[in-house]
Amino acid sequence: MQNWLERQVPKVVLAPTFAAILIFVYGFIGWTAWVSLTNSKLMPRYDLVGFGQYTKLFATPRWDTAMNNLFIFGALFIIISMVLGLLLAIFLDQKIRTEGAIRTIFLYPMALSMIVTGTAWKWILNPGLGIEAMVRGWGYENFTFDWLINPDMAIYTIVLAGVWQSSGFVMALFLAGLRSVDGEIIKAAQVDGIPTHRIYTAIIIPSMAPIFLSAFIVLSHLAIKSFDLVIALTGGGPGYATDLPATYMYAMAFSRGNLGQAASSAMIMMAVVFAIVVPYLYSELRAKHD
Amino acid sequence: MTDTTFASPRAGKRGSSGRASRIALRVGLYAVLIVFAIWYLLPLFVMLTTSLKSLDEIRTGSLVALPRDVTFEAWRTAWSGACSGIKCEGLKPYMWNSVLIAVPGVALSTLIGALNGYVFAQWTFKGANLLFALLLFGCFIPFQVVLLPMARMLGLLGMAGTIPGLILVHTVYGLGFTTLFFRNYYVTIPYELVRAAKIDGAGFFRIFWSIFLPLSLPIIVVTVIWQFTQIWNDFLFGVSFSQSGTQPVTVALNNIVNSTTGVKEYNVDMAAAIIAALPTLLVYVVAGKYFIRGLTAGSVKG
Repeated sequence: MQNWLERQVPKVVLAPTFAAILIFVYGFIGWTAWVSLTNSKLMPRYDLVGFGQYTKLFATPRWDTAMNNLFIFGALFIIISMVLGLLLAIFLDQKIRTEGAIRTIFLYPMALSMIVTGTAWKWILNPGLGIEAMVRGWGYENFTFDWLINPDMAIYTIVLAGVWQSSGFVMALFLAGLRSVDGEIIKAAQVDGIPTHRIYTAIIIPSMAPIFLSAFIVLSHLAIKSFDLVIALTGGGPGYATDLPATYMYAMAFSRGNLGQAASSAMIMMAVVFAIVVPYLYSELRAKHD
Repeated sequence: MTDTTFASPRAGKRGSSGRASRIALRVGLYAVLIVFAIWYLLPLFVMLTTSLKSLDEIRTGSLVALPRDVTFEAWRTAWSGACSGIKCEGLKPYMWNSVLIAVPGVALSTLIGALNGYVFAQWTFKGANLLFALLLFGCFIPFQVVLLPMARMLGLLGMAGTIPGLILVHTVYGLGFTTLFFRNYYVTIPYELVRAAKIDGAGFFRIFWSIFLPLSLPIIVVTVIWQFTQIWNDFLFGVSFSQSGTQPVTVALNNIVNSTTGVKEYNVDMAAAIIAALPTLLVYVVAGKYFIRGLTAGSVKG
């Protein structure tokens, strides 16, 4: 009896966490899925009416803009951060004298809250007093850099600030990856007289495939969740030109009092995340068992 | 990651013609790195100089100019006088709110994560892998999908708009990562240690307390830094589940910066942004090595 009890201790220790995850993650996802199939407005209603909320969602121009923006922002944010991160990592890997200091500078934005990042860039990009005014002050009277208030360009300011925030982190990931490549193989290649750029493209970078995947997962996850940065930098504006699904969901849930729409948009966001993360988690967990 | 024996690949040839081009290459390399260093530093520099200027100087001067007359007035206002909504008490009370949320949130999620990780690494049972997968999955959900039911749950628990409510939210959604960190760390400790202790009659908690915890300092530091940055920098939960008076500093900062009434005080905005960022920046400067380890541990699973 004593023994049996002792064997149950690990399970008892996990039980509260497990219960919490069941309720707060899976139960809540179920709740949101349910509400997304109802006509809930200000208060949740639990009578199922089918996929009407989703039909309405996809017929809403604002949601259309939000998904388009997610695509533009996500693609550019991920590609630029990865390319920049990789290049900076390779540059830093060339026995740079002040590597520690430069690395510190490249990475510090990651310690900041997106709200702080948004606030800083909002100030710099402000046409009246920021970069535009500065360059005009240098005598280039016709210089224009008004992306922040230009509905067609505002989404690119989010990319700019997002890349500024996250590229240093990608750099750190890649730098760690570069340093973990087997030195013997590289030395052998050098002895064979293979030029440096070929060593990178043919040996080092291909062997870092898992790190590319990790970086991609993290960045896409960040992109889909992006909310704070938009709120702080553009507030979703001008109009709703820089809305993302996350800000759409928030507006529907907390200012428009349309819980059904909020729930269905949240479910679509989750579907996008799942499509990216599930294959990754599956392969990661499977690889461990082998 | 700080010290390495791996030599960077570089052309090994040494010739007089190669020498000049190699020097040119080095100069170009440093130039590119410096340009990017400036790009990363520019916002911080601009924030700092703007916060030290008067409004007049901001309107007439250049974005990147150093302040002519350094004044700390904006910092004083940001700390104790700036208006967020209808209240004008600066960031001070909200900084305190963030501390009140972050400290218990970090402590609870780290402690529970350590115990969970210990079970998953050393006391596995049938089905433990499935539980672990379910838990990991929770790290990846977009939080928008739990926002509405969480708001109702906090209401039912009588915790809507309270600081304990936010502590609960951060603890629950932090558990996936903290468990992962500890599990990956404890998995490297040989099971023989547990077996030997068991033979000596030590139980589950005794082994955790006297063997595993003393070995855990590095991973505790990583987890605490990770959780602290996550909770301190959080905005979504803060803005969704707090009310006037319990808001964390990120929400207050956003309210100050995006308030539409009155004259826009850019210097106060910048000072407020720096104040809100100081705790995590400090962590980064003091424990940068662990900060990076936390970041990479949180992204490279396994």
